[in-house]
Amino acid sequence: MMRPVIALLILVGCALPARAEPLVADISESVVKITTGFTGTKVLLFGAIEGDGKVVVIVEGPRHSITVRRKERIAGIWINRDTLQFVEAPSFYQVLASDTLDEWLPLRTREEHQIGVEYLDLKSESEVGPAEKAEFRDALVRNMQRIGRYGTLEENVKLLGGQLFRADLYLPANLPTGYYNIKAMLVRDGEVASIKSTPLLVTKAGIGAEVYRMAYAYPALYGIGAIVIAVLAGLGANAIFRKV
Amino acid sequence: MHIYLPIAEMSVNVFLLLGMGAGVGMLSGIFGVGGGFLMTPLLIFMGVPSPVAVGTEANQIVASSVSGVMAHWRRGNVDFKMGMVLLVGGLIGSTFGVYLFKELRALGQIDLVIKICYVVFLGIIGFLMLVESIRAIKRSQSATAPRRKLHQHNFLHGLPFKMRFRRSKLYISALLPLGVGFSVGVLASIMGVGGGFVMVPAMIYLLGMPTAVVVGTSLLQIIFVTANATFFQAYLNQTVDIVLALILLLGAVVGAQIGTKVGAYLKGEQLRGLLALMVLGVCIKLAFDLVVTPDDVYSLGLGGGH
Repeated sequence: MMRPVIALLILVGCALPARAEPLVADISESVVKITTGFTGTKVLLFGAIEGDGKVVVIVEGPRHSITVRRKERIAGIWINRDTLQFVEAPSFYQVLASDTLDEWLPLRTREEHQIGVEYLDLKSESEVGPAEKAEFRDALVRNMQRIGRYGTLEENVKLLGGQLFRADLYLPANLPTGYYNIKAMLVRDGEVASIKSTPLLVTKAGIGAEVYRMAYAYPALYGIGAIVIAVLAGLGANAIFRKV
Repeated sequence: MHIYLPIAEMSVNVFLLLGMGAGVGMLSGIFGVGGGFLMTPLLIFMGVPSPVAVGTEANQIVASSVSGVMAHWRRGNVDFKMGMVLLVGGLIGSTFGVYLFKELRALGQIDLVIKICYVVFLGIIGFLMLVESIRAIKRSQSATAPRRKLHQHNFLHGLPFKMRFRRSKLYISALLPLGVGFSVGVLASIMGVGGGFVMVPAMIYLLGMPTAVVVGTSLLQIIFVTANATFFQAYLNQTVDIVLALILLLGAVVGAQIGTKVGAYLKGEQLRGLLALMVLGVCIKLAFDLVVTPDDVYSLGLGGGH
């Protein structure tokens, strides 16, 4: 697996002097298929920079509304009470860098380009007090981090020979489907000097994808199918074991 | 070996699922229970979203009840007229149950309701079973069995719309089986169970049906009620995972066959005591989760991304 990657890197490297762009990047595959045996995958982002600087990569999944619920203890039992809905929150968000961002990336740049979960712009649907909103926002981030959907990997961008770079994108088993945007940024003197965005499609494939599609596109048919399969399985089991 | 479950949207070890199916199937073979009331909480414990656990379990119970009812059918232990009346109630109940489920899900309270239902019903059933089996063990030691009354007359026999059920040798108000069917239907939809553990006692003690026809008749009812629940869960909530149901079923079918043979060698009272302890164990675990302060009082409703 390493050999073609190295070949690609060399190719990129050779092509470099001819180009004027300060940053070029591409990914090893543009489609991630969630098949029946899917347990997560790794996608390689590789590219080259011109001149000095560091590379920061942001992987962002499709945006959806996410509801955050807060439990309260009522009569001894923890019950969901207050909720806050965040609109257009990324379903997946991962920052990759070559080393600790806090040490060299200015706050201003991080805010401007939303680099890191703390700087992610999350809008709530209804207006609440700032303290309240911050609590719900933190809860959203914390819970997403816990299930591996949000995160920062600070040692995953490798600069090779000062010009080439590669980044390993680890995509977990519970990966949301849809169009992802992989944004590679060249940071020079604390400023983002160049951005290269690459799309990545995450889609279900195989039998699982068909089952899922049927369940949502033809729910009545799916329901009847589920019953028919169950009845047949029950009859089959009966027939097999009566002979044993 | 992992498999990605398309509706639950998670990757799970196949052998773990097969093992769970076999384990619960074996219990249902030994004890003659459906096993839904154990499988659904187990699925929830392992991280399957509770709506998917409930919807999928209803689907699996259709299969196991179909294979179970055949034997009773051949022996003629089914009161069809009673079955039909129960069923009318059951179909209305399970349809209503799924709509209720959808509303509760939108309100973010479905997890809570499922768990409370389990705590209440597992608690009651487990306790009653435990008491009963302890009594039976004592009785078998003292060897003199006290006589029981056949059935008592109470206000339930004053209800209107009386109907004659020949097979069950009963003349009672049709409202009774309708009500029992309805309640069990609601439970089947919300808890992902067949409801046999509620219906069988209700048929014996509330309706006064002879035990011989109870199991066959309740299985008939369970097939149609869980089929109805499966349909509406799939139709309204998209929470039936066929892949998960089939894997569990495969394990359960094999487990049930082993269980039936194992059960024949074991002592009934002690077995029931054991089952009672397991039921109470699951109940306590669920109750504990409701009461203990959660790691994070906040939780996310990801809405599936549609």
